[in-house]
Amino acid sequence: MIEVKKLVKRFGMKAVLRGVDFQVEPGEFVALLGPNGAGKTTFLRILSSLSRPSMGLVKVAGFALPAHSASVRQRLGVVSHMPLLYGDLTAEENLQFYGRIYNIPALNERISEVLDMVGLATRRRDMVRTFSRGMQQRLAIGRAVLHDPDVMLFDEPYTGLDQDASEMLDGVLKNVAAVGRTVVMTSHDLARAEELATRFDILSRGVIAASATHAELGNSNLLTFYKQALAG
Amino acid sequence: MDKLPLTTLRTPFTNQRPQSNYLRAVLAIAWKDLAAELRSRELLSSMLVFSLLVILIFYFALELDVKAREGITAGALWVTFAFAGTLGLNRSMAVEKDRGCLDGLLLAPVDRSAIYFGKAISNLAFMLIVEAVVLPVYSVMYNINLFNLGLIGVTLLGSVGYIAVGTLLAAMSVQTRTRDVLLPILLFPLVIPVLVAAVKASSGFLLALEMSEILPWLNILIVYDVIFIAVAFMVFDYVVEE
Repeated sequence: MIEVKKLVKRFGMKAVLRGVDFQVEPGEFVALLGPNGAGKTTFLRILSSLSRPSMGLVKVAGFALPAHSASVRQRLGVVSHMPLLYGDLTAEENLQFYGRIYNIPALNERISEVLDMVGLATRRRDMVRTFSRGMQQRLAIGRAVLHDPDVMLFDEPYTGLDQDASEMLDGVLKNVAAVGRTVVMTSHDLARAEELATRFDILSRGVIAASATHAELGNSNLLTFYKQALAG
Repeated sequence: MDKLPLTTLRTPFTNQRPQSNYLRAVLAIAWKDLAAELRSRELLSSMLVFSLLVILIFYFALELDVKAREGITAGALWVTFAFAGTLGLNRSMAVEKDRGCLDGLLLAPVDRSAIYFGKAISNLAFMLIVEAVVLPVYSVMYNINLFNLGLIGVTLLGSVGYIAVGTLLAAMSVQTRTRDVLLPILLFPLVIPVLVAAVKASSGFLLALEMSEILPWLNILIVYDVIFIAVAFMVFDYVVEE
């Protein structure tokens, strides 16, 4: 579903990604871990066609980037720590706006379905600026799944959430992944990543330093694996 | 949360997807801006207050007789529109950038020029609303009849040209830390032709000059509008890309 080979991204003279090889099969939930400045956000921005690679091959859902970026975006849902929502519109109006852009058929029914899913059906006519951070993040997920994407990218979705909101987001994320979507999530929260993901890739100094599935981790825990990958 | 019946949300993986409709996306972006502004009234109120203050300052600073007033009207109006327009352009893109919504728009599966046209339509609507308020107020304050179809046509053509360039440059400058300062610095040199042509054509209609004297300025406005809309259509994707 996602295929990346020898990906390089430079900002001026500085190379942030130095030859990333990365592959995700359909239905996998991959946690992309790494320290600050490792290039996780840059990598996700390239996968989501918001940034162009300097070199290398990037394919998402069978379409090469940046040549077929509109086709990729049609099949992609993105959630970052910014909700990408308009505070002066209601929850329903925000989804209507994105639904029109994606030309979603039977939009009103779809919006109701998505608001039910993220637990905001009773707040559909409230302005987004009155929502807590956790509610905004749930609506952001609703926005991202509105067009039923095959691939979902989550960039630090837990940033700024309290304990309750994080637990609620856990449930929504499990639901998103449980229905066969391919998910890539960056996070600093190893415990959460270990609970949700089926595979863990460690991005360090611009390359994938290590990769393992739950089964491959065996008795070793993710923290040990993470530390070893960074040390190596 | 995890017990909700979510299976209905997912259709099997398929390459058949509804194709995004370009015009629908353009209108959705314009609708979103207008609906949000209707609620907050942040943009329009600041543009309107600023415009009214400018014509008030002109009124008190320039103690003019009737003849002189007619002579400066076109210039005073276009200076007011240009400065108020800059406020609107800056704010309209800053709102997208500050909440990360620009990324949301860039993720839309349509040609990115749709974002340009959507933003340009809403920016133009805001500018026309301000002009629709400023013209009668100016008319009453300065005791000059501005209800002239020719003048309204020039106002429309000039505003289209100004917004065509301004929306493109606002999308560029919003990516920088000095966006508030950068936009007017980039914009005003580029809109000199449209401002000069708009002032000359407006003056021509207000002073009831022959159409043959006004026509060259109208032609400049039309050509300018067409060229800059075409340029923005071609380069907007590169302007907003990281």
